[in-house]
Amino acid sequence: MAFAAFSTTAAPSSSDSIKKKSPVALLLLLPGILYLVLFFLAPLVSLLLTSFKVPAEFGDIGEFSYAFRWENYTDVISAYWPHILRSFGYAITATFFALIISYPLAYFIGVKARRWPLLQSLALVMVVAPFFISFLLRTLAWKQIFSDESFLVTSLKAMSLLAPDAHVTGTAFSVIFGLTYNFIPFMTLPLYTTLERLDVRYLEAGSDLYASPFHVFRKVTIPLSMPGIVAGTLLTFIPAAGDYINASREFLGGTGTQMMGNVIEANFLVLQNFPAGAALSIILMSAILVMVSFYVKKSGTEDLL
Amino acid sequence: MTTDTFAESGADLELVGIHKRFPGFTAIEELNLTIPAGSFFALLGPSGCGKTTTLRLVAGLEAPTAGRILVGGTDVTNQKSFQRPVNTVFQSYALFPHMTVLENVAFGLRRRKMADPLGKAHEVLRLVELDHLASRRPQQLSGGQQQRVALARAIVNRPALLLLDEPLGALDLKLRRQMQLELKTIQEDVGLTFLHVTHDQEEAMTMADTIAVMNKGRIEQMGAPQELYELPRTAFVANFLGQSNLFTGPVVSTTSAGVAVDVAGHKIVVPAARAHRTTGEITIGVRPEKLTLHSAKPIHDADVNVMGPGRVTDVSFSGVSTQYLVEVPGAGTLIVFAQNMTFGSDVKFGDEVWVSWGVGHGFGLDDDPADAPRFEADFDTRSIAAQRHLEGA
Repeated sequence: MAFAAFSTTAAPSSSDSIKKKSPVALLLLLPGILYLVLFFLAPLVSLLLTSFKVPAEFGDIGEFSYAFRWENYTDVISAYWPHILRSFGYAITATFFALIISYPLAYFIGVKARRWPLLQSLALVMVVAPFFISFLLRTLAWKQIFSDESFLVTSLKAMSLLAPDAHVTGTAFSVIFGLTYNFIPFMTLPLYTTLERLDVRYLEAGSDLYASPFHVFRKVTIPLSMPGIVAGTLLTFIPAAGDYINASREFLGGTGTQMMGNVIEANFLVLQNFPAGAALSIILMSAILVMVSFYVKKSGTEDLL
Repeated sequence: MTTDTFAESGADLELVGIHKRFPGFTAIEELNLTIPAGSFFALLGPSGCGKTTTLRLVAGLEAPTAGRILVGGTDVTNQKSFQRPVNTVFQSYALFPHMTVLENVAFGLRRRKMADPLGKAHEVLRLVELDHLASRRPQQLSGGQQQRVALARAIVNRPALLLLDEPLGALDLKLRRQMQLELKTIQEDVGLTFLHVTHDQEEAMTMADTIAVMNKGRIEQMGAPQELYELPRTAFVANFLGQSNLFTGPVVSTTSAGVAVDVAGHKIVVPAARAHRTTGEITIGVRPEKLTLHSAKPIHDADVNVMGPGRVTDVSFSGVSTQYLVEVPGAGTLIVFAQNMTFGSDVKFGDEVWVSWGVGHGFGLDDDPADAPRFEADFDTRSIAAQRHLEGA
């Protein structure tokens, strides 16, 4: 199945073939390398250089000249530290909820539904089905559902479960909800691929060795599905931390829920403060890189399977 | 959970009126079985005969449709597998890949909150001579080593009852022999009750005190290995436990000494004490190694059965012995094992021979001769395989 693409198992090592310096291999690699240099490395270098630029003397708004102004970084951190913290806070919360929702779902599809292959395929299609519609449209739909005049909100207010002057959109709740909702398939599919291969004989062995169902789950099922948990949380956390759709005012966010993605967008497209936007982007990338490498090292995926 | 204690010794296992039905077929029909404490009991049968299901029922991984399971006199039928004083050595070993060998062995001890789990794990790893590999992962070990870890992981818990599900199946012949002896020694040392499921008759005979031969969800015959081999009760046992030459014919005379049967014109005598039936059409048999080949018709002797003349249709040399197939008109093909006492064999392909054996070596079966006298492929095996596939477990 195409979902195997989400699997974390490394491709068989091909160190032998790399040692042979074949010109054909280099030739085949060339388009890929060129692509990466042109569309990844060059923009990255340009971004890094931009982040140190200073406003051009007597220049217009949006005109900058090359310099090494590292204070750009301290400036954006002091100006936007709430957004930085909020980005990671929202992303971690959304990742947590996506995991809590996706794990039982993936376990059901991958383990419990094995006897019924048709149900298994159907459930998988349902997990992927939201992709048939653009996620912008789906997020807009949630904005309608959560809007002040919507059936849901008026009903909640009628039942006094919500204060009469309260809003749902533009709150931390609606942004985290949107992030969780949008990233559930990215969490479920890698979890499914590991759980689908989970050998239930290990669970039987655990039960045979006096472990209650809870202990079997904690000591056997969770460690054995760790590759899926790591892949799923990374696939959710990384894009969620940089997301600027859910938190934007046009969608589920408000002024008090702006994330890093939104301020980067604002600096680049509205304020035309390119060095600030670039510095924020570099900070976002480095923070994610540090957090992810720490997480991967900590969860020790290389020891698993 | 409070701190647990080890079982003092092995416990009896009692299965009372066990039935196990899966949707579409019956795996076990009316099974009654008592295994005394401290014994090494083997359940022997072809794949799909219900022996693994029996084991899973005892382990608590499967619930019986009807009947009761008692371990040491306590009814455990309604207990979950983690509550039962039983441990299993799985056919696939099922060693946890995410733990070291040591942690695998200590797993059960930790769950039971035993004191000093790592010390006890090291101790049992020394017993199976693997303590030097304690910090490795199971997948870094060879098949034989994994098997010993699986065994260590089970016996470290000192279960009242140890279940072995064809644990030697994946090993090569030499390692298998070695492990059979080691298992037997360990069982005698620790005094646990072993229930060993296997389809390898030689393994069952080497290791077990008592063997129960299972077929199609029932126990065909139960007894000491020698007893089963010398005096099989049914054609299935006669052919599953070693090989047999079986003949069917009407009883012509019955005396206190023996039952004479007419087999294609040959009068074959079986001792009355070794015949389960003495009237009508009966099936009798003799083991291939009890037969002697003669190149001339032997002199008549009341204590010896003679068949022939026949023709040798196949000679195969297997080191210790040579196997001959002898076609006797009317009686079918006989298998003869002859010890290689001299250089080469005296009898060659196509030779005309007579076959003889001592009357005392024959046995009479309890089967209805209407049943196929020879062991045939068990068609239930396929339905069970299909079922396993459907279950996906």
